[in-house]
Amino acid sequence: MARYAREVAVVAFAQSDHLRRTDELSEVEMVMPVLHRVLAATGLKAGEIGFTCSGSSDYLAGRAFSFTMTLDGVGAWPPISESHVEMDGAWALYEAWVKIQTGEADTALVYSYGKSSPGSVRDVLTRQLDPYYVAPLWPDAVALAALQARALIDSGETDESALAAVGARSRDAAAANPHAQLRGPVPQGDYQVRPLRTGDCPPVGDGVAAVVLAAGDLARRLCERPAWITGIDHRIEAHSLGLRDLTDSPSTRLAAAHAGVFDAPVDTAELHAPFSSQEIVLRKALGLADDVTVNPSGGALAANPMMAAGLIRIGEAAARIHRGASRRVVAHATSGPCLQQNLVAVLEGDAR
Amino acid sequence: MSKEPVAIVGIGQTKHVAARHDVSIAGLVREAAARALADAELTWADIDAVVIGKAPDFFEGVMMPELYLADALGAVGKPMLRVHTAGSVGGSTALVASNLVAARVHRTVLTLAFEKQSESNAMWGLSLPVPFQQPLLAGAGGFFAPHVRAYMRRTGAPDAVGSLVAYKDRRNALKNPYAHLHEHDITLEKVQASPMLWDPIRYSETCPSSDGACAMILTDRAGAARSPKPAAWVHGGAMRSEPTLFAGKDFVSPQAGKDCAADVYRQAGITDPRREIDAVEMYVPFSWYEPMWLENLGFAAEGEGWKLTEAGVTELDGDLPVNPSGGVLSTNPIGASGMIRFAEAALQVRGQAGEHQVPGARRALGHAYGGGAQFFAMWLVGAEEPTS
Repeated sequence: MARYAREVAVVAFAQSDHLRRTDELSEVEMVMPVLHRVLAATGLKAGEIGFTCSGSSDYLAGRAFSFTMTLDGVGAWPPISESHVEMDGAWALYEAWVKIQTGEADTALVYSYGKSSPGSVRDVLTRQLDPYYVAPLWPDAVALAALQARALIDSGETDESALAAVGARSRDAAAANPHAQLRGPVPQGDYQVRPLRTGDCPPVGDGVAAVVLAAGDLARRLCERPAWITGIDHRIEAHSLGLRDLTDSPSTRLAAAHAGVFDAPVDTAELHAPFSSQEIVLRKALGLADDVTVNPSGGALAANPMMAAGLIRIGEAAARIHRGASRRVVAHATSGPCLQQNLVAVLEGDAR
Repeated sequence: MSKEPVAIVGIGQTKHVAARHDVSIAGLVREAAARALADAELTWADIDAVVIGKAPDFFEGVMMPELYLADALGAVGKPMLRVHTAGSVGGSTALVASNLVAARVHRTVLTLAFEKQSESNAMWGLSLPVPFQQPLLAGAGGFFAPHVRAYMRRTGAPDAVGSLVAYKDRRNALKNPYAHLHEHDITLEKVQASPMLWDPIRYSETCPSSDGACAMILTDRAGAARSPKPAAWVHGGAMRSEPTLFAGKDFVSPQAGKDCAADVYRQAGITDPRREIDAVEMYVPFSWYEPMWLENLGFAAEGEGWKLTEAGVTELDGDLPVNPSGGVLSTNPIGASGMIRFAEAALQVRGQAGEHQVPGARRALGHAYGGGAQFFAMWLVGAEEPTS
């Protein structure tokens, strides 16, 4: 672990049940119980946390500075050392990990949340695209993912039945995940945008995730089996789909190399692949062997709360180490259309 | 455990104006980044990571614009982080970038903040109606004016103090080629005769809406040794947050601001900020926030901030110059405004501030705040490498 100045581990993870609609809940009401649960798991109080960082999106909330309200859920009084990324919570975790590496904090609370139900998230995500040349055409998120799936099929790397198998396996696995939105047998369904069928696409839903990080011996005191972050890195690619090979994810491969994924085998992978076809791309980029357990939580095909789904992958990976179910896990988060930006973390349990 | 010392070796800004119709958002940010690289005499290939910040996405109508801006900022194949902490974001962004170097995760980092307000309308971007939640009362002025009134009532400050600040900052802006407002015919009488917008805040005591970007290159000790120009060194940096609304909140002098300043001074070994700090770049979007923040930041005792302003202490030639650049009152690309404060503080201690240079400035404070006066970000920079 000499790669970084300090050993840092995920010592607790909590998430909400991910639901199609949460009309009766404000974001604060969604976030608070999850924060209470994750802190309770460590015995720490909000005021004892060294640094807090969150991830969310104003465009999902439909208002500017939406995260100012959720800060109420943290209980930021007396004032706290706190920051926010307008990104998936996986990147909030990265910022918090850096903060602990500086030595300015020994613990961090990381959370993220998203409510997709108030609008059409397919349409909302078009606002992520080049505002002058692409966004005015309103190409929706499923259509862009379908372009990627089509490129994969045309290149001979997969076919529709293999994609269907990814969806079926994910929702099978989710049967054991009480928080998942879609569980058990889910029909492959009709085409949404060819070649993607309903079963190849993530559910639209609302949800929250939270993680507590701690350094060194403090992590050992707070958690029986800490999930050490032995490597973490993230990389971005060009925005324009025309400038990318959609059948590959060089940013994932590069982040994985920097995070040390290839230094030793992993037994489990939690991949943020909202579309079945994206799991194919990520497996290749990460060089996952056939015997690696992929998305035992059900992954984003079972629950994909925007802005939280990536942090959930890290949390699920850590929770397996906490339970002793895995020893070396790769966790992945993505942002942007067709896997434009990717974060990769390696989590390991103590050798025993 | 020791942190890596962090040096600012490149600074770039755009000329801030009401509307940059000649460039896209990508063109705007690239201009500032290219100037920062040129200042540092580095190339895109020397940059290990990019940290970008801006205030809400609604201001340009682009969701998570870092995705679209990756190409323009040379970030392809690199790590890119997007920070958003409301009005304090420019400062927070610089601090996140600084931490990457301090933690020895990366050696040389490009950090940038921007706003292209002409792409939409900031006041309405802040006023989207959400059921059962308090909107920001038609722009920020409506939110902050009552707190200015509370300050005046609490301290007995005379009505003229606000206009003194605006008159000073607008004159300072004339010496800053990048400032948005260059009001060559400004007089104190004109400020005082300007229309009342949100009583007691007059039109000339408010910030403009600007298009602009600011970028900095941060690097480690080895990078600073290679730098052709003097570096500014980070001696302390901190962020603090508190809730928007709660019983007991002091809107005039928020606890989060006091705690943030105290943390920065502790890191930098400052015990008497009024004597030990040579220049302050303070986030003053409405003129009365200068005396208010003078108290909050520990430059004056409670109730005494307005006396420093009235006595000319905060003038460019006073003994505690505040906003020699002209400040937010003269230039306000919201998402970039905090970073401009941080960058201008660095320019001062590098001796690179041109006509608005404070002679002999060795230590300067950059300050930003946001939300309902609840998010604070500050750094203290010095001309010399920190000793601890």
